[in-house]
Amino acid sequence: MIEILISIFIIGGCLLSLIGSLGIIRLKDIYGRMHAATKSATLGVILIIIGTFITFMGRGTLLFSLFFTILFVFLTAPVAAMIISRSAHRIGVELWENTQFDELHDSYPEELKPERDNSKAEEISTR
Amino acid sequence: MGFQFLINILIMLLWASLQQSYHSSDLLIGFVIGAIAVYFLRGALNESYYMKKVWALVKLIGLFIKELVLANYDMVKIVLNPRLKKDVKPGIIAVPTTLKYDWEITVLSMLVTLTPGTLTMDYSLDARTLYIHSMHVDDRQKVIDDITNSFERAIREVGE
Repeated sequence: MIEILISIFIIGGCLLSLIGSLGIIRLKDIYGRMHAATKSATLGVILIIIGTFITFMGRGTLLFSLFFTILFVFLTAPVAAMIISRSAHRIGVELWENTQFDELHDSYPEELKPERDNSKAEEISTR
Repeated sequence: MGFQFLINILIMLLWASLQQSYHSSDLLIGFVIGAIAVYFLRGALNESYYMKKVWALVKLIGLFIKELVLANYDMVKIVLNPRLKKDVKPGIIAVPTTLKYDWEITVLSMLVTLTPGTLTMDYSLDARTLYIHSMHVDDRQKVIDDITNSFERAIREVGE
């Protein structure tokens, strides 16, 4: 019985990681890819850790230190995503052409506005 | 807040030493008794009961787990959508926030990153505006309202 529970958690985590990777291939610009990389990977790691925790619980050991992994992923994933997408935006990495607004670009001072040609994004991302 | 917690810990230790055993179960019982004692002392301390904040924190974590699961469902839908080009319309929007302290804004931006379709990208110089990359910006005001109504309120309850 406990094996089924463990399998659900670990397979679910693996599927989410797979979908995160697929998202990195399918989405067209770096910002969309950061979405896929942070969200799916975070829940994927959480599910795998819970599966591991249950495995060891079945053997009679409670490894609470496993949950520190979750804490550290929570603390680091959003920060990394923010810094990567911010740096990309500041040096003028193209946005996907479907993008509707870019209010961040408007907020930069005039001399710091990077050059950006959004129509090229798809071509560059699939190169 | 800190003072109430200190009293609670002291009562817990007192209870454990009266029991002459320091097992985790004794400490837990002592903590509950301490919490009840502080509840009856709250009138003398001129502060609101600190367990209210703990409860607000628990609610915030619950909200966060719910949103994280929704975010992944949303992401799966986007990634496996065969008509990606037609349906997904991303955009970067400025979201003003009324939170006061820096740590509140940090928590808000982290929560925003891990929730459906939004990613914090930058903040303004005075840190009162977050720039958010969203996957669905059909209705710009709706994205802003979602963030203000759910997360900002939950964080403010913890911070007060």
